[in-house]
Amino acid sequence: MIHSLFLVNASGDIFLEKHWKSVVSRSVCDYFFEALERATEPENVPPVIPTPHHYLINVLRHRIYFVAVIQSEVPPLFVIEFLHRVVDTFQDYFGVCTEAAIKDNVVVVYELLEEMLDNGFPLATESNILKELIKPPTILRTVVNTITGSTNVGEQLPTGQLSVVPWRRTGVKYTNNEAYFDVIEEIDAIIDKSGSTITAEIQGVIDACVKLTGMPDLTLSFMNPRLLDDVSFHPCVRFKRWEAERILSFIPPDGNFRLLSYHVSSQNLVAIPVYVKHNISFREGSSQGRFELTLGPKQTMGKAVESVLVSSQLPRGVLNANLNPSQGTYTFDPVTKLLSWDVGKINPQKLPSLKGSMSLQAGASKPDENPTINIQFKIQQLAISGLKVNRLDMYGEKYKPFKGIKYMTKAGKFQYFDRIHILFKCFFYYLLPI
Amino acid sequence: MLGMSANSVSYNEQSSVESGVDAAQENSSIPASSSGGLFSADYKKNEDLKEMLESSKESLKLEAMKRIVGLIAKGKNASELFPAVVKNVASKNIELKKLVYVYLVRYAEEQQDLALLSISTFQRALKDPNQLIRASALRVLSSIRVPIIVPIMMLSIKEASTDLSPYVRKTAAHAIQKLYSLDPDQKEHLIEVIEKLLKDKSTLVAGSVVMAFEEVCPDRIDLIHKNYRKLCNLLVDVEEWGQVVIIHMLTRYARTQFVSPWREDAVFDENSEKAFYDSEEERRVEQSKPYIMDPDHRLLLRNTKPLLQSRNTAVVMAVSQLYWHLAPTHELSIITKSLVRLLRSHREVQYIVLQNIATMSIQRKGMFEPFMKSFYVRSTDATHIKTLKLEILTNLANEANISTILREFQTYVKSQDKAFAAATIQAIGRCATNISEVTDTCLNGLVLLLSNRDETVVAESVVVIKKLLQTQPSQHSDIIKHMAKLFDNITVSMARASILWLMGEYCEHVPKIAPDVLRKMAKTFTSEEDIVKLQTVNLAAKLYLTNSKQTKLLTQYILNLGKYDQSYDIRDRTRFIRQLIVPNEKSGALSKYARRILMAPKPAPVLQSAFKDRDRFQLGTLSHSLNSQANGYLELSDWPAVAPDQSVRIVEVVKEAGAPVFGKSKPGKSDEKFYSDSEEEEEEEEEGSSSEDSSSSSSEESESESESEENSDDSNKSSSSQSDSEKKKKTLKNKKLQQQKPDILNITYLPTQIIQKALLLIIRTKFFLMHIVLSFSNQFVASCRCSLLCLYVFLVCQFDTISWDVRVSLQASSPVFVPETSRELLHRMTGKGLSAQYRFTRQPCIYGNSMVSLQLTLSNSSDQALENIHISEKSSTGQNIHRFNAIERLEPQASVTVSMGVDFNDSTQAANFQLCTKEDEFSVSIQPAVGELLLPITMSEADFTKEQSKLVGMNESSATITMTPENVSSQSVNRKVVSVANLGVIPSSQENIHRFAGKTVSSGCLVLVSVALKDPDAVITINTENTVMASMLLRQFKTALTNSGP
Repeated sequence: MIHSLFLVNASGDIFLEKHWKSVVSRSVCDYFFEALERATEPENVPPVIPTPHHYLINVLRHRIYFVAVIQSEVPPLFVIEFLHRVVDTFQDYFGVCTEAAIKDNVVVVYELLEEMLDNGFPLATESNILKELIKPPTILRTVVNTITGSTNVGEQLPTGQLSVVPWRRTGVKYTNNEAYFDVIEEIDAIIDKSGSTITAEIQGVIDACVKLTGMPDLTLSFMNPRLLDDVSFHPCVRFKRWEAERILSFIPPDGNFRLLSYHVSSQNLVAIPVYVKHNISFREGSSQGRFELTLGPKQTMGKAVESVLVSSQLPRGVLNANLNPSQGTYTFDPVTKLLSWDVGKINPQKLPSLKGSMSLQAGASKPDENPTINIQFKIQQLAISGLKVNRLDMYGEKYKPFKGIKYMTKAGKFQYFDRIHILFKCFFYYLLPI
Repeated sequence: MLGMSANSVSYNEQSSVESGVDAAQENSSIPASSSGGLFSADYKKNEDLKEMLESSKESLKLEAMKRIVGLIAKGKNASELFPAVVKNVASKNIELKKLVYVYLVRYAEEQQDLALLSISTFQRALKDPNQLIRASALRVLSSIRVPIIVPIMMLSIKEASTDLSPYVRKTAAHAIQKLYSLDPDQKEHLIEVIEKLLKDKSTLVAGSVVMAFEEVCPDRIDLIHKNYRKLCNLLVDVEEWGQVVIIHMLTRYARTQFVSPWREDAVFDENSEKAFYDSEEERRVEQSKPYIMDPDHRLLLRNTKPLLQSRNTAVVMAVSQLYWHLAPTHELSIITKSLVRLLRSHREVQYIVLQNIATMSIQRKGMFEPFMKSFYVRSTDATHIKTLKLEILTNLANEANISTILREFQTYVKSQDKAFAAATIQAIGRCATNISEVTDTCLNGLVLLLSNRDETVVAESVVVIKKLLQTQPSQHSDIIKHMAKLFDNITVSMARASILWLMGEYCEHVPKIAPDVLRKMAKTFTSEEDIVKLQTVNLAAKLYLTNSKQTKLLTQYILNLGKYDQSYDIRDRTRFIRQLIVPNEKSGALSKYARRILMAPKPAPVLQSAFKDRDRFQLGTLSHSLNSQANGYLELSDWPAVAPDQSVRIVEVVKEAGAPVFGKSKPGKSDEKFYSDSEEEEEEEEEGSSSEDSSSSSSEESESESESEENSDDSNKSSSSQSDSEKKKKTLKNKKLQQQKPDILNITYLPTQIIQKALLLIIRTKFFLMHIVLSFSNQFVASCRCSLLCLYVFLVCQFDTISWDVRVSLQASSPVFVPETSRELLHRMTGKGLSAQYRFTRQPCIYGNSMVSLQLTLSNSSDQALENIHISEKSSTGQNIHRFNAIERLEPQASVTVSMGVDFNDSTQAANFQLCTKEDEFSVSIQPAVGELLLPITMSEADFTKEQSKLVGMNESSATITMTPENVSSQSVNRKVVSVANLGVIPSSQENIHRFAGKTVSSGCLVLVSVALKDPDAVITINTENTVMASMLLRQFKTALTNSGP
């Protein structure tokens, strides 16, 4: 399975290596660097690279390449999924997954990698188990450890490892028992110039933060479970129960986790909450171009559209942009040609707009594409699919937890040549009857 | 003094030079001349690490190790610290120890001799009561790639594979692969361990052992048979990584064991590949009898389906490929949604999933057509993702959706990503050839692109147009003309070459333009690319043949230029063409055919998917992703024409608990007893020395369990055909003996271990062994292996007479007698047709150590099928009940036997529960006889008396009875006692005293029963801490022994 792992930073240096079997020389990465050079964009490096004796499978996250060295046949997704799990674990432990964070915590990183794989086969990947084996570094713990000489490493096999609920550690205790659920939805839509939707899909997740004492058994039911077309669960969810009753019944892991991700099919009509009017034109032979963009709310069910952020990749010929926003601030990076406009909240009475001129490279031919426009925003208290949680109940423990559900629609929007791609997310927050 | 300092200086110098060399090797970019100060500082640093490691302070050591791990992580060489590090391997500080382990695994291969120093520490740690320590010791021991310790590794793996902790067993499964890669000669022994671990019921172990199986012996499919159903049933609960491995293995397995489910529903998508369709049809003709899916095949499909909802993309992909390769066609559609869902995941996941969808979409468009919009390209996608999406969209194109797809393609052509735009043009070309209705539309669109400002777009269009025109050139002379006009503006050589080829090939359609193009080419010939030159020569030749009047001179000019060209190819081609077309005295018969050679009608190129042949690889594999066979790729076999024997998979788990065990359980069969006991002892010898009482008892349990599993077939029939079953028994024994042979041989490999073990045994055995030890030690000098083998066999044979130490005395043994009588649980009148009977199987319960194992026979005496028979979740009394799996359907007059476990908590209080069917609930209760709450154990007579002497006073209850004459014989006493209570018979040296031993199921407290016969009276004595039970037992024995009859 996984033979070795190399971590490569954005400038192409190997800054960490780990071997699970005999040592593989780091020169094997030369094949990777070749591919990296050939690729025009960092994302364009092919995930699977064959070399004469090995196979390299890499993932790119947080501008770090995680390059796994494989020697024989293995499902590539197995390796890819594992590498992503490694990144998630680092993020979980260090808050961020950057080169600096990894270098600062190299010992913990090594201990983690040692526990996560044995002979190249995943051993423990559940965050709850790992945290019992190796405690995440905190300033307080570092201080305590230096004084008392205690260690970050657990001495007992985590109970979860052997139990039927390996994702939850035992002996969890909290003074405030809380459970929060964020329903986050994204719309991915393609809209043509006239504003009509070519395709729209809703992709949602329910992220949970559960801090409950003991072994709580939770059930979460929906008002309209039929909306969920295709779902994938955290292993804690009892599949039979969902099949039979469309109820999520589970013993949650401790802490943050993704309970569910779902897909609302494109067959259902999706109301796009925001519209864009744009007019970007260049004239042949002139070194000036016009830029005009207006945003407006649409079908938001009376909810405010907040934290709007517009970004656009302008054509390469554009030297600079001189624009005038009716609200918010904008920046233009002449190197990457990225225009970003922080709009803030949309006021339906006074629609935000960004107008002005662009200066073009002298002598360059007229750029013929319409630039890509990407819009992000939040709508609180609205799950765009209309998904509603009915109730959340707890069994198995006697205390009364504090429960909260938050809904959010988040959007990212791109214009694709003469059309627009949209991703939405929205938040919604209310308390359930306890 | 002076001398000493000089010495030390020179020493330092020397070492600094050494380290300089080291460092220089490591980082050659630093010029070697600049060694000295820089490197000696570096060396100093390592020196102070060494000092820190040798200090007495734990915190300093830890700090040093942390820095060393930092060095390792950076890929720096820290191997010279090995001696200092290895000393800390036995540290009490667990973090320090772990870091030392990390270091050891990294460098042990380089420093094999020093690494051996650490081995004893691991061997000790392997016996630690803490399972985490045992497991990590095994992990490190097996990760040290030092060939000398192979025997030790082998032994440790064998021991760990019978460890009580599933976590340790999982580690053992991992270690199997490590040992195999270190020494492939161990394969046979490792396969034995794999076989043992495959039987393991823990979900933790399943994935790892299947992984080991795949690495070590993927061809030993026979090992899977018996475990197939168990693996299928466990699958949902196995950890996600194990699921992937198991699913891939089961896919291969199923392809060898089941017949193809595809033949009945050969109604494919009308668009699917022709060849495929044909072969299906053939098959259908061949096999006219209706297809019935093997229930095991169905089981696999059913149990993997929920995993499509897994959050782990690898699991979803694994299930998808399983369905693709195994499921009937009409069930295939369920994987589509899940695969499309994966497209929302990370870039790398998308890449692999799209590759697989691309392969699938060639064969079955229908699967993905409704999701076509999910494959629309987004501007933010990486180029390889875009190309794959394009590929899929092209595969999905048909008459109905082509207009939508072409509209989509039009926007892609405008993409700033030129490589992608070019790929789109190729895709348009493919659509045009595949769907004849749109050929013209596409061609016109492509011609429009010829006026595009971007050169790559134009060039790609030319190439594609060339291919399209070949299909129908006569109608498109205007397009060829148009391209000739564009010729001057096109600089991309491939496009220029394509136009030239078109001119030559269809010069008859453009008789005026072609010579003019040739004229232009003659001017620029020398500055063209090779490919353009070649086509110019071709064009010249073709024109010479068709229109020699206008082009003769031009052709000769070009041929002359070509003759002196720098490129071999062009010189060769020129020479060839000249000989072919220019008639001269030397040219032979060939020039007559020049026209037919050059102007032969050429078949139009077939534009097809790059994924066309990928389906030769199993989906989801690395080989599929690379489109070339990766190391260790295991071919997926074709379906067998006739299914192999299905019965190989039969493991009657349900009846397993009820099966009486052969051999030692049956008194009066002394020869068999000999065998079975010796087997057991061999087991012990293999494991006994290290694993303490708990684990050895467990190993025995597992042994007896596996034995009963193996025997279950025969045992069920035993009542009907006794002789038959005996025959089977014998072959079974033979087999067992054969299996043991390698073990014995293996142990002779390991002199030190076996001496330890043998000595341990000798110490444990109480008499007559001293002289053996003496003779043994003499022989040992001469030929230790031989004598060890002798001793080993000798000990095995003599085992009956050897008495064991008390520590092993609490081993549960198999029941001596299992009553066949069943008691009624539910009468068919009260149960509305459902009747239930139960009996105690007297076996250790497989569901829990403190449970009593029960066998339930449910029969349906009504005339309707009963559905969903199960035990209600609510238990009215406090007992812990392990319910049987719900029975989905029980046909009229049918009956089914299931097993369940109840923890009676050593009390005869009845267990009340609800037996439910779909419609009704019936309250039932099971009241256990006190004798059923025991499990038999074996111990020596000496131990018995010893234990008995501890349980006196309050713990002893006795009664005197008068025996009926027919009960006086020792056989009948034995029979009476064991039928009342589940006790083991203790061999007795006195004829008139019978001893029995057992333990209570829940609390495991010892129950000793002795019956002393003093004609005509008998004294029954019961010694146990559980006095309540003692008095109840006593009462029952009294009635049993005073009553006559069986």
